[in-house]
Amino acid sequence: MPVLASFVCGLIFGAGLLISGMTDPQKVLGFLDLFGAWDATLAFVMAGAVAVAATGFAIARRRTAPAFSARFLWPDRNDIDAPLVGGAILFGIGWGLAGICPGPALVNLAGLSLPIVVFVIAMLAGMIGQNLLGKNLWRRRAASPRAIEPSPLPSRADG
Amino acid sequence: MHDFTPVSGFAGGALIGLAAALLMLLTGRIAGVTGIVGGLLQPGTADRFWRIAFIAGLIAAPLIAALFGAPLPRPAMNASLVVTAIAGLLVGFGTRMGNGCTSGHGVCGFARLSGRSIVATFIFMTAAIITVAIVRHGIGG
Repeated sequence: MPVLASFVCGLIFGAGLLISGMTDPQKVLGFLDLFGAWDATLAFVMAGAVAVAATGFAIARRRTAPAFSARFLWPDRNDIDAPLVGGAILFGIGWGLAGICPGPALVNLAGLSLPIVVFVIAMLAGMIGQNLLGKNLWRRRAASPRAIEPSPLPSRADG
Repeated sequence: MHDFTPVSGFAGGALIGLAAALLMLLTGRIAGVTGIVGGLLQPGTADRFWRIAFIAGLIAAPLIAALFGAPLPRPAMNASLVVTAIAGLLVGFGTRMGNGCTSGHGVCGFARLSGRSIVATFIFMTAAIITVAIVRHGIGG
């Protein structure tokens, strides 16, 4: 059941990206282009998404467990560290260059156009690179008590 | 030309929020595409099936829409293939390093009022706006 539920959620998420126009990099770049013909649509997408997600999360907070699994895996970190800032800068540059972020990249993969296939392969390579590198660089360098504990499970990461 | 489409934007956004809400209510997970894909690519991840299912759902959405006559998404990209590949690398590496992207930090993080996610979202938005300004208009940030 959790697997089926995940598939349906992915389907709804993908439909939302398609309907909102966010699978079109030109529309995303139109929002990011403050100095051109600015298209504010992305702000409305965010507003709709955050409003509904916040409502659902508020309902979840009042429950003891999700429907198909043992417990809620709420992200448990609230520190602002160098990887968060550095990663966001790198992601922002890549997003600004192509107008595609990970969700729309995967939805667009269905069309199998060459630029999207190239983007997704590079994106997966970047993720694998960070999975390998990150463990040995900044995560080990953190000399806080947190470093003694096992690194946070990927499932508890912010997103 | 791309027009301002607030109604379909808000409606599509609401569906994205609904998916994030349902994933939490049903499976207890945060709908962050970076975390879902990145976790799948990490050796030793035990819970692979729900991740694969979510990704399959994302890819299936346009295929199902195509059954009802919608064109498959084949978006026009202005960037060359080399720049596209560099962008992909930066997006993959950066989102994994920063623990999230537009969905995990942007949507779910804002909905949880997570300070970490709100800071990350402002940073990647700003970096993207500066990048577009430089690429399109040749002006510095």
